[in-house]
Amino acid sequence: MIEVKNIDKSFDGNQVLKNVSVLFETGKTNMIIGASGSGKTVLMKSIIGLHRIDKGRIEYDGRNLPDMKMNDIRLLRREVGMLFQGSALFDSLSVLENVIYPLEMFADMSKEEMKERAFFCLKHVNLEEKAFGLTPAEISGGMQKRVAIARAIALEPKYLFCDEPNSGLDPKTSLIIDKLIHELTHELNITTIINSHDMNSVMEIGENIIFFENGQKAWQGNKDEIFHVDNESLNDFVFASDLFKKVKATNQ
Amino acid sequence: MSLVSDTGKYILLMKRVFVMPDRWRMFFRQFPKELEKLGLQSLPIVVIISVFIGAIMTIQTKLNTENPLLPSYSTGLVTRDTLLLEFSSTIMCLILAGKVGSNISSEIGTMRITEQIDALEIMGVNSANYLILPKISAFVVMMPFLVIFSMAVGLIGGYLVGVFTDIITTADYLLGIQYAFIPYYVFYSIVKSLAFAFIISSVAAFYGYYAYGGALDVGRASTNAVVNGSILILFFNLLITNLMLN
Repeated sequence: MIEVKNIDKSFDGNQVLKNVSVLFETGKTNMIIGASGSGKTVLMKSIIGLHRIDKGRIEYDGRNLPDMKMNDIRLLRREVGMLFQGSALFDSLSVLENVIYPLEMFADMSKEEMKERAFFCLKHVNLEEKAFGLTPAEISGGMQKRVAIARAIALEPKYLFCDEPNSGLDPKTSLIIDKLIHELTHELNITTIINSHDMNSVMEIGENIIFFENGQKAWQGNKDEIFHVDNESLNDFVFASDLFKKVKATNQ
Repeated sequence: MSLVSDTGKYILLMKRVFVMPDRWRMFFRQFPKELEKLGLQSLPIVVIISVFIGAIMTIQTKLNTENPLLPSYSTGLVTRDTLLLEFSSTIMCLILAGKVGSNISSEIGTMRITEQIDALEIMGVNSANYLILPKISAFVVMMPFLVIFSMAVGLIGGYLVGVFTDIITTADYLLGIQYAFIPYYVFYSIVKSLAFAFIISSVAAFYGYYAYGGALDVGRASTNAVVNGSILILFFNLLITNLMLN
């Protein structure tokens, strides 16, 4: 569980996060949604510690991140997996080496055990074995995302962060990635936080949805409650397309 | 103001670089790759430039010192001392600042803008140490070899002038390059090159590590790395020369 309490964050006097408090539950896919520039990426980067917050608390199962020393933060980060928008795979390494990398850095395993674990993770994300020796540049965007997920779960993290996991993917691959993240969250009982614009994802796997507007939490609920919300900005954002308007009408 | 804050950022980055690696195994895996990439792959340019500069220097020295009062070996002597004192260390390092400096800053800069450095940080890896330490150590280790190689090849370039032209005889040239040889000049040159290797690699890594934005910014970081690295080389050349030869 990650609990964010009353955090503020400014850049050069411009306040991006304003007194944000959110609870991200374990075993659930927590989704942060909102328009571009609403502050959701800053929130995610602040939670991970890539941005230092101005005030407030960020508690990882009771451990307050802003109070931690660099060494403790690095230890905590070994419990964190992250899927980046652009996958952020190391382009000098092969697919298999990318997944082995965190194991080599932090796991006390033999080479064989590492390889076995990497194979397990890659197969878990349904990646074909013939792609294991290829470099990230030689595989498709969807495959890169799967490798990035495999790398993120290699060390069995307690917390999984996904920044726009579906960006640049076709609808079918997006759905596969969504389901994969959802399954992993339940299977490993981890705290997953997803930053997304994709309303299909929200409707598919959103168990705890946080709507962000102007650096503030404007609404929190689940994918069923979202159909009955009386929040104009949220409705404008979620039901912007005709398709989702029809879906809403059907659900009401 | 920017100079002061950049210097502070550079020092703080170096503090993160020069700590024990998380895994020595990973360091020793990266180190030989960097030796090959930054050192061995620089050999062709070192050979080409040194042999030509050695030859040109011999021709120009001979043509500009046509004086019966000067001994015949003076051309070889001047060529040798110029190569040993300045060319093979300072000028070669200025050239390598372009090749190696831009290579390091663009590689690290691209990793920064594609979030690969963020990925390392989130894994709990000290990215500065993991990425930069093998590069600096490999380049500092390789640099004396490159300098000595450049000296040797430069002298061979001068010798070839004697072999293929009538400008100077090989006997006069060989006498000149052996006459009044001061081994301390080689030591001085190597000391300088070690400092320059550190400047080139660390300054380039600094600009790459703090690159921000897109491809244009990576290009800008590379340019800054080469320009500022070169200025620092010239400054430290003056400083070290004053300390060691004055």
